[in-house]
Amino acid sequence: MKLFPVRGGIHPDYRKEQTSEKAIVAMPLPAALYIPLQQHIGAPAEALVQAGDVVKKGQKIGRNQGAVSATQHAPTSGRIASVTEVPAPHPSGLPTLTIVIEPDGKDEWAELPAPIADPFAADMQTINARVAESGIVGMGGAAFPSAIKLNLGTQKKLHTLLLNGAECEPFLTCDDRVMREHADEVIDGARIMAHALGVPNIVIGIEDNKPQAADIMRKAASAFANIQIAVVPVQYPMGSEKHLVQAITGKETPARMLTADLGIVVHNVATARAVHHAVRFGRPLIARVVTVSGGALREPRNVEVAIGTKISDLVEFCGGFAQRPERVVNGGPMMGQPLPSLDAPVVKGTSGILALTAEEISDRPTSACIRCGTCVTICPCGLSPVEMSSFIRKDNLEVAAKLGVMDCISCGSCSWVCPSHIPLVHYFNYAKGMLNAQTRDQRKNERIKTLVEARTIRIEKAAEAKKAALAAKKPAAAAAPAAPATTTEEKANA
Amino acid sequence: MLMAIGSLTAMGVTLGTILGAAARYLHVEENPLEEELKAMLPGSQCGQCGYVGCGQAAAALAKGEAPVTLCPPGGKAVIEALAKKLGVSADLSEHEEKGPEHAYVIEGLCIGCTRCIRECTTDSILGANKLMHTIIVESCHGCGKCVEVCPTEAIVMKPIEVTLNTWHWPKPEVAHHVTVH
Amino acid sequence: MIPVTTSGPFTHKANSVQNVMATVLLALLPATALNMYLFGWPAIFLFAVTIGSCVAVEAGCLMLYGRPVKETLSDNTAVLTGWLMAASLPPWAPWWLGLLGAVFAIAMAKHAFGGVGQNVFNPAMVGRTVLLVSFPVVMTAWVAPHPLFSANAPGFADAIAITFGGHLPDTMSAASALGYVKTELSRGIPVTQSMTQVPDLMDMALGYRAGSLGETSALLILAGGLFLMYKRIISWHIPVSVIGSLFLMGTIFHAADPARYTSGMFHVMSGATFLGAFFIATDYVTSPVSKMGQLVFGAGVGLLAWTIRTYAGYPEGMAFAVLLMNSLTPIIDQYTRPRIFGRSRKGEPLPLAKEKA
Repeated sequence: MKLFPVRGGIHPDYRKEQTSEKAIVAMPLPAALYIPLQQHIGAPAEALVQAGDVVKKGQKIGRNQGAVSATQHAPTSGRIASVTEVPAPHPSGLPTLTIVIEPDGKDEWAELPAPIADPFAADMQTINARVAESGIVGMGGAAFPSAIKLNLGTQKKLHTLLLNGAECEPFLTCDDRVMREHADEVIDGARIMAHALGVPNIVIGIEDNKPQAADIMRKAASAFANIQIAVVPVQYPMGSEKHLVQAITGKETPARMLTADLGIVVHNVATARAVHHAVRFGRPLIARVVTVSGGALREPRNVEVAIGTKISDLVEFCGGFAQRPERVVNGGPMMGQPLPSLDAPVVKGTSGILALTAEEISDRPTSACIRCGTCVTICPCGLSPVEMSSFIRKDNLEVAAKLGVMDCISCGSCSWVCPSHIPLVHYFNYAKGMLNAQTRDQRKNERIKTLVEARTIRIEKAAEAKKAALAAKKPAAAAAPAAPATTTEEKANA
Repeated sequence: MLMAIGSLTAMGVTLGTILGAAARYLHVEENPLEEELKAMLPGSQCGQCGYVGCGQAAAALAKGEAPVTLCPPGGKAVIEALAKKLGVSADLSEHEEKGPEHAYVIEGLCIGCTRCIRECTTDSILGANKLMHTIIVESCHGCGKCVEVCPTEAIVMKPIEVTLNTWHWPKPEVAHHVTVH
Repeated sequence: MIPVTTSGPFTHKANSVQNVMATVLLALLPATALNMYLFGWPAIFLFAVTIGSCVAVEAGCLMLYGRPVKETLSDNTAVLTGWLMAASLPPWAPWWLGLLGAVFAIAMAKHAFGGVGQNVFNPAMVGRTVLLVSFPVVMTAWVAPHPLFSANAPGFADAIAITFGGHLPDTMSAASALGYVKTELSRGIPVTQSMTQVPDLMDMALGYRAGSLGETSALLILAGGLFLMYKRIISWHIPVSVIGSLFLMGTIFHAADPARYTSGMFHVMSGATFLGAFFIATDYVTSPVSKMGQLVFGAGVGLLAWTIRTYAGYPEGMAFAVLLMNSLTPIIDQYTRPRIFGRSRKGEPLPLAKEKA
């Protein structure tokens, strides 16, 4: 398959061998599961259960609300202990409303929706409804509700489903293992998704450092003429949706647009597998494969784990810490989020839990910028990190925005490469957060202004109406001398 | 010598006349700055700045009589917009200590007198006579007028809490002596 | 609880300013070592004095500004500045030249601008240029190679007299090729004739010629430059555009009037061309950050160097050319930003291409 060059990028130390040859193992159920109502982009789900309720495995416990949202299901049978605030798997460690389930150990399935016998005969709506009903979100990390992305076929002219198996983050091997061990399920899921999208072609993009996965997938796809396997070069961040599309099609997604505007929809391989389960067996998304790795961990491995398992339980299952980790990361080491506590649960978008040593992080104190320009050379988005960061440092966010800070995908390549160890991407994350907050504030101020104006007009109108009423009464008052009392009353009311 | 003095004087008089005429005929009637500043302010006439309304505050700002940090409900966004317009540097050190706030009705203390409802410039208080009132946090801009009129001290100001959706990374801490370009 | 202070990434390249600078020093070593051998003890003394002065002045400035002395000194930037400046001095120049140069390079050109990374002009070249303008005679007192331990080489004691006593033996002086051709041209002797007197190009490439302390061996400097490229510390853009534009200008004008203009190859092989192209123009701090900008910058350096060598009063123009282009770096940077992904050069989102049916 002909490939196209992608700008910039880096070659970090991949360290995938820690887990890449270890088969996926299922983790036994922990003592409690914590299902946050918001594990996805969009509005949180609305809890359908309360403390004391008894639930079955796969039973819906959270209902999606609003246009962008996802449902939540019980990963096992048991009793709802509480619906309470629990720290989210997020760098802030802020609490989020979470359903706590105590498993009863029976792991009894609820009555699941009937399998769709022939998905290729079913219409798009049926499949999308099933995907939405099953609470499937993008499992590559972004956790965008998949049903909405599958619905793009109704709005845009699409031609290709691109399955993202690039897995460009160091350490992570969960997609690699899923492709190697469940290739048929992934392919079937992809075919169902392509059908739902109404697209003829499927391309599966796999980075060149996973030759076994590529071989197995090629074999599994050989029966289908419309599926192509694209082995893309090892170049971080190849797994970024827009960059993968560029590598495979040569097309550059215009800023502020979607790859769907080019006719291509990108889904993660694990998402395809979840779609296969939902459509063929009616099973909702209640478990996922997580890479648990890092030098501070005793037994790095790929674990199929129930959504809601506490990270501390998962670490315990992997033998616990061999040494105190310098940092525990949710996701890959490049774009993953640091976790302030291990009390947070595994959620649908958790691709990895890494317990990293100081040697693996290999950070140093920041020194002065020597303008080496490497950050400019390697930026996959064509930005100038050295310039943007200097403006952000002086809190000149407006100029940083003009230089394109909002187009930064936070891939972290610039921070990785910087010889002065300047936390470049941290500056950009800060700037993006501030600029978003400013936009929010501005919107709020505008809303307040409209409210105030509406109120002023209302009050004026009311006053005029009073005046008019008063004027109307005046002649009457002149006619009937007994009126003054009424007038004073009016005034008092006004 | 006389020639030089004469020509210089002539030049001075001519140029002076031209400048004087220009000043008269090209005179700009009103400072449009005031209007622009007014448009930047929330326009809720809450009076927290000490002026009667946003118009008066804008006038004071235009004359340089008021600091750009005068508007608490406007928050950082307004301060920055004003500072930029006026070409001054905003001192955000004091502002950040307080942060944006919203009003909150303490259940049980509210007697349902509706006084706060009449006072609220953004219609952000829901409730009716003899019924408990609630604040719509999304449209409350924290002017605090309702707190003043409440006869039972049932309304307090609370800082707007950071949530998972509004949290963002703080500015990175880099040692002071390091000049990052 | 693990306190979270910085966002990712949580893996970094094993890389530091210290390592980068150390690699550059390593790349300079062969060429400089050969020149030490060719020019003997006086060159070694001057080299040591210059680097020592740079480090001492740097330490003094850091103390004055209240910055961490040990950490900053260990980044090797002062050593590199000293090395490059020493490399551009006449090998038998007196010791105070190195010391004075260090003050101008480190205190004036670097710390007055805010220290590492903040300087607009290449410190080593500022040092050299100030010395050249202030002490033109001493700064152009070249000597022919006198290899260490050879018969006519100055001994240790003679060397001390040369470097620290200022006794430059008259008999030993020689002219650099660029200087010789220029002087002859001013006496009305055409290039075609004077060129027969300069060392042949092969000798010039190997370094067996009169010239600055670290710049005579084009081949060893080229080897160091290629090593830096292999190490990805510099890219090809600046060296190629500097040498390319110099060669191009030389060749074109030489073809037009061989009696007046020296050949492109002579320009490339003589003076500080290689040192300038690989080690001085590529200085991170004072050159543009984008590849496009580096091409523009390098072409400018080559063009200016040729112009100064050909028309101006000085035989060598590399230092002036680099400094002049340094002053343009901020502007070049502003106009040569890369194109943002998904946007046109102007910053507008790319138009959606019409789908081919």
